[in-house]
Amino acid sequence: MSPMTRFVNRLLWSCVTLLSTAVLTFFLLNALPGDVARVIAGSKASPEVIKEIHAKFHLDDPWWKRLGFYLGQLARGDLGRSYVTDQPVAEAILTRLPTTTALAAMAGMMWMVVAVPLGALTARFRGSRFDRITLVVATLTLSLPSFWLARMMQYWLAYKLGWFPVAAFRSLWHLVLPALSLAILFVGYYARLIHTQMVEVLDSPYIRAARAKGCSETRVLFKHALRNALIPVVTILGMDVAGMLGGVLFVENVFALPGVGTLAVQSVFNLDPPVIMGTVLFSGALVVGANWAVDLTYGWIDPRIKHAN
Amino acid sequence: MPLLEINDLQIDFGRAPHALRAVDGVSLTLEAGKTLGLVGESGSGKSLTALSIARLVATPPAVYAGGRILLEGRDVLKMNAAELRQIRGGVASYVFQEPGASLNPVFRIGDQIREALELHRPAAANDEEVMRLLRLVGIPAPESRIRSYPHELSGGMQQRVMIAMALAPQPKLLVADEPTTALDVTVQAQIIELLGRLQKQLGMAILLITHNLGIVGDLADDVAVMYAGQIVENAPARELLKRPLHPYTQALMNSIPRMDDPTDRLTAISGAVPRLGAFPSGCRFHPRCALAQADCSQRVPEWVATGPQRRIRCPVASQPKVRV
Repeated sequence: MSPMTRFVNRLLWSCVTLLSTAVLTFFLLNALPGDVARVIAGSKASPEVIKEIHAKFHLDDPWWKRLGFYLGQLARGDLGRSYVTDQPVAEAILTRLPTTTALAAMAGMMWMVVAVPLGALTARFRGSRFDRITLVVATLTLSLPSFWLARMMQYWLAYKLGWFPVAAFRSLWHLVLPALSLAILFVGYYARLIHTQMVEVLDSPYIRAARAKGCSETRVLFKHALRNALIPVVTILGMDVAGMLGGVLFVENVFALPGVGTLAVQSVFNLDPPVIMGTVLFSGALVVGANWAVDLTYGWIDPRIKHAN
Repeated sequence: MPLLEINDLQIDFGRAPHALRAVDGVSLTLEAGKTLGLVGESGSGKSLTALSIARLVATPPAVYAGGRILLEGRDVLKMNAAELRQIRGGVASYVFQEPGASLNPVFRIGDQIREALELHRPAAANDEEVMRLLRLVGIPAPESRIRSYPHELSGGMQQRVMIAMALAPQPKLLVADEPTTALDVTVQAQIIELLGRLQKQLGMAILLITHNLGIVGDLADDVAVMYAGQIVENAPARELLKRPLHPYTQALMNSIPRMDDPTDRLTAISGAVPRLGAFPSGCRFHPRCALAQADCSQRVPEWVATGPQRRIRCPVASQPKVRV
């Protein structure tokens, strides 16, 4: 396949994925019990008002008509408006995106600064006390449930000890604790993953050749070995993006950060279908995008893949 | 002062009292500009000996248990990390057995050669010098090859790149550890020819590690034959090939198939190289030896001089009457 047909092919499949996500979400919401009009107008609303709302949002139309209307709207790039606040869904997501991005970026940075060197160094000094302690701590963090960890850190480090702000987002400092609780969950797992890959890579002849050339241990470890060890890690990272989104959702809510995660949870509590569908579709797009990014990175860190394609 | 002098080198695996001695009292001398062949089957300790010259054997699990390795008169076993980095590549450079696995798959070959220059000859770390080195080892169109990745080259070309990388710092000693074993026979001959030409051109010494006595005849001035962690015979290459003395060397020679000898069967040395930790008592070769006598399993053989530059570790074969 030429790069162009591969790109088009890929684009097509991404669209199919997102379309399926949209249709599936539509049917799931459709199957929910309860009347959306009652949610919007309140339980004491008169039958006339309810009827009016039904007419306004085409709630009495058959499902295929509503699905067609929804997909047509999507095709024009319109996610609709919130039933509750009347704000355009796209706008609601975009205004909350910077918070989520900042949180993810900070967590990602913490992850990278800790997991990568930890994995590399434990592989270099495998069997040492440092390696064994890291293994125990990593296994421990792996076993912690995210909701428990975030709550505990908030209670002890922020509320009791006062080292961090308890909640809300007024400065980057407010993001440190949420980002930390998000990062810890993945650091242990990835430190071990990188460790395993590094152990294997450090045994290969090209590492011996790098030493024979006169490379320092730091150069051997972080230039010659790390890039080879990261090849399988990047794949798993791509598959983990969906799981990480779940973590973001939770942490944002615990620390009351005005991000896409809190928007998504609110929309579910409010039974606000346009916003629910919008945020689900947005997560879907993120996962698809992350996989594109993984594929590109892949070709960059492993030249053999670019040529094999 | 010889370029390389190894004295009574001992390498163990594990710690005493459970240590297994893989290299046992190896002594070698290599003068500048000369070629020494170190010959033996796999498991004889020849690669360990070669790797220890730049202290490349991983410790642990290995332990340098004794002896000295003098490179330009300085003891490698006493060097600190910075001194080691300077001699690795700078004084003693390595070419390994599997060129495909010894080049880093994710970096362009030009960058890998330039790295060797950056580490030892920073002033010459440029594309021109990299291309000159590629041309030196006979790689056509170096200006396009410089951007290739290792997997885009054939095995022979990969080994040429390894050699270019090893020569980049202008070392005084090239340690070639089975440089042709993983290559096709026709390519083997090309690489051996290249090594011979480069040595004449550049004048470095070569320590050639191989199990192939044919290659030794093409390149080496002197030969040391290793068996089960010990050297059993030292001789000038030409004399050794003409008249091997130690029963093990003779057996090695007999196992080379000959074009002029119309036989249906290949001769192999009976038995196998003893496992580390299960070396036989007395002479380590006695269970596989054609000349073995009753006390060979008791008596550890001493060195016997059999000529001006020749010596073997075998009291039986060194007696004139039993020479084959």
